[in-house]
Amino acid sequence: MPTSTQSAALDRRQFLKAGTSTAAGLVLGFWHPQRRGRFAEAQTGAGRHAMVPNAFVRIAPDNIVTIISKHCEAGQGIHTGLATMLAEELDADWAQVRVEPAPADRALYKNLQFGSQTTGGSNSTPNSWEQYRRAGATARAMLMSAAAKQWNVPESELKADRGTIVHELSSRQATFGELAETAAFLPLPAEVSLKNPKNFKLIGALRLPRIDCKPKTLGTAVFASDFSLPGMLTVVVARPPRFGAVVRSFDPAATKALPGVTDVVQISVGAAVVANSFIAARRGRDLLHIEWDESKAEMRGTPELIAEYRALLDQPGAIARRDGDCAQALARAARTITADFEYPYLAHAPMEPLSAVVRLSANQCDIWTGDWDISDIQDDAVRITGLKQEQIFIHSLYGGGSFGRRGGDASQAVEIAKGIGGRAPVKLLWTREEDIQTGPFRPMYLHRLVAGLDEQGNLIAWQHRIVGQSVLGDDPGFIIDGIDITSVAGASNVPYDIPNILVDLHTTTLPIPVDQWRSVGDSHTAFSVETFLDDVAHAAGKDPYEFRLELLSKDPRNKEILQLIAPAPMRQSLFAKFPRDRQVMQLAAEKAGWGTPLPPGRGRGLAVHYSFHASLAYVAEVTVSSDGSVKVDRVVCAVDCGVAINPDVIRAQVEGGVAFGLGAILSSTITLKQGRVEQSNFNGYRVLRMNEMPKVEVYIVNSAEPPSGIGEPTVPPIGPAVSNAIFAATGRRVRTLPLSSTA
Amino acid sequence: MAALELDNHAEILVIVQHPACRFTPFEARLATCRHRWLAKISSLVDEGDAMAVSLMLNGKRFELDLEPDVPLLWAIREAAGLTGTKYGCGMALCGACTVHLNGRAIRSCTTPVRSVVDKPITTIEGVSGPLAQAVLQSWKELDVPQCGYCQPGQIMSAIALLKRTPVPTDDQIDTAMSGNICRCGTYARIRAAIHEAASTHRG
Repeated sequence: MPTSTQSAALDRRQFLKAGTSTAAGLVLGFWHPQRRGRFAEAQTGAGRHAMVPNAFVRIAPDNIVTIISKHCEAGQGIHTGLATMLAEELDADWAQVRVEPAPADRALYKNLQFGSQTTGGSNSTPNSWEQYRRAGATARAMLMSAAAKQWNVPESELKADRGTIVHELSSRQATFGELAETAAFLPLPAEVSLKNPKNFKLIGALRLPRIDCKPKTLGTAVFASDFSLPGMLTVVVARPPRFGAVVRSFDPAATKALPGVTDVVQISVGAAVVANSFIAARRGRDLLHIEWDESKAEMRGTPELIAEYRALLDQPGAIARRDGDCAQALARAARTITADFEYPYLAHAPMEPLSAVVRLSANQCDIWTGDWDISDIQDDAVRITGLKQEQIFIHSLYGGGSFGRRGGDASQAVEIAKGIGGRAPVKLLWTREEDIQTGPFRPMYLHRLVAGLDEQGNLIAWQHRIVGQSVLGDDPGFIIDGIDITSVAGASNVPYDIPNILVDLHTTTLPIPVDQWRSVGDSHTAFSVETFLDDVAHAAGKDPYEFRLELLSKDPRNKEILQLIAPAPMRQSLFAKFPRDRQVMQLAAEKAGWGTPLPPGRGRGLAVHYSFHASLAYVAEVTVSSDGSVKVDRVVCAVDCGVAINPDVIRAQVEGGVAFGLGAILSSTITLKQGRVEQSNFNGYRVLRMNEMPKVEVYIVNSAEPPSGIGEPTVPPIGPAVSNAIFAATGRRVRTLPLSSTA
Repeated sequence: MAALELDNHAEILVIVQHPACRFTPFEARLATCRHRWLAKISSLVDEGDAMAVSLMLNGKRFELDLEPDVPLLWAIREAAGLTGTKYGCGMALCGACTVHLNGRAIRSCTTPVRSVVDKPITTIEGVSGPLAQAVLQSWKELDVPQCGYCQPGQIMSAIALLKRTPVPTDDQIDTAMSGNICRCGTYARIRAAIHEAASTHRG
């Protein structure tokens, strides 16, 4: 029995006593009024009769269970995932479940790992795992108490099943909705216990429809760019042509003369043209004559930046990991192998360019956006408007893709609303050109790897040097001894049993804006590690799969590591829980038919990578035509992400991660010429299209471990798996991305 | 000049690859250079004053006060208030704005309203009939959408494909759908959903 029957009974007596002798206000006061009131207040959709036991769920008399998502939905399936966890412990029927995005309230809805209300880092599922299940279990306990009270039976004789409480002995049952009003006035149980995983009905269910599928299929889902208010004006911003440039002056005359244009206002990032339609705002923006101060702007092009980075590859950097003595081992090695890698700047290019709607009045600011850094947007709005935090309301809408891009740029719309004195609501739309050209980008990186083999072909030394910008800037939580842990993630925690390892980093400083891009550091480190290991296996005359199996024979966490830069809480989880990497690799190899022959011109490649607490192994099969063009035919994926909450959402994320990563390695690149981005739309910035999509097979390892995220870890293995397959087919090694730049 | 196959665009007589168009021939085929060409023509036309434009959207007549060179996309989204049709690129490169004109898929972001006055236009909100229902149903059965932003455009392209090719092969699907970008990478499910819809629609 999950509830503490004794304390519930006591509380109930107190309730009855209080109820007969005092005013209702006092009675409610007895029952945690602030908490209940606050939860109900946060859930603006909560009717007077709804049961609101906590911040994450309410149950209405109409039998609808509404789950409040503290995390933003941009396709990763988190609305479905959080609802599944809560509904599981509540024993709700999936058909009665709805999801509502949380309002801005960091005390109630903060990300428990980041400490602010934000979505990212593939930690939405793990940080909510306990919290949402507990919230469901609490509500269930109260519904059980309500039924016990109503029927005057012991709670031990009741059970909850698919949205009803059942008393089999008397053949009575009541829906959650019927019990909600009574349950609403019961005390919160002091303690609840959570289900044994073997009793899960929704978690792990093979077919649980996505909660957001229907509106997204019918075109009724509302994204921020779709949202509108009466009298709303539309805004397009003129942004600097080079990074680090600022507005010196501008002449709005021609723009203002255009029909439909109402205002031109300067904001922190440029000049905003306000109009009664998008087309008028864009035309006005194009007519705006701006003098830019480019004294601090980046004027160099990609070749110049690469030359500078290349020079740094010859210099020792700040040490991220050191095991043994790499230099000494390389000096005595029978054979050494060296390879340099180039990774371009990349745009996120979500299908919905950024957008936000803001309505500002003297005492309230409302923001509608799909951006993810809710607390940051609220803080920015406080700074911009001078209003108090509780006067800033954020209405979170579906984001049309994120991949790391959708942070807190909605605050630019607050600047614009203020710029026109709050006269009308404003909708800020980014054009695709702004999206591609203004960043922030996945940084450009150069890597150099050196390996040493002894006489017997054993890998005795591994040196990995990385040059590039930090996406975290000055965040003290992740910058240790000058090292941004995310720049070396996937390299410093290389899992293989190699006696001498040295990983070092040069962090460059440039005015080019950079940010996290789906899988962050692992988006480049995995490519280097897994393709270079393939080269080493080849040099040692060993099968890449067998070679990896040997090197994964020891638990890397038990190894003596002289130096490993990582924040203390991360150290434990920096390496895959042994032997997860081995297991997924074996599963992928088995399902892909590793070792079976392929016709000429075709090749098979393997990569395994652990990131964001998930282990994934991919085997890619490619066909390389006589003209050198590459077609990826099939990708077999094995995944261990702990408990598989929604297996079909996990499969979808793997399919999507394959597409996202594959597009990047095949053809995506952002290059600069004299400081200007050369790409501007999907013609220059090429991404994966349908005809390039391989067949993807996904196998999920059964696991009872706490769940990891799955959005990001699906990306890193695809690049190296494909590169290794191309090598297997042709003997040609890809080390400069994208492939199209060297094809 | 490029030899282009554009069988889903009825009104094309001559296709010219505009010099400013930086596509490879393959991309040009996908991205419908016709729209670049029309866009170029429309940008040469002086911006006229707003005038009453009559559009037939989803069987309903809309009298909208618009300049004739405004792209159909913005007439649909802003003037008619139908937001299922999305902006993704503004250059007919991504397919998020796909609607039907006389039952054929077109990119509304580069179609000036003047060219479609009184012609029957269908958006995602207005699709109907057994074929459209089969497509919507298969999309839901397979839980195709992730972020969902591109899906109305994908669905409009899929319906148009199945209308002229009731049982498409993978290659035919790839050719017809490669103009519609999905950054979430739902391509494998779109392919499966089109096969599924083809099979259920034919019974």
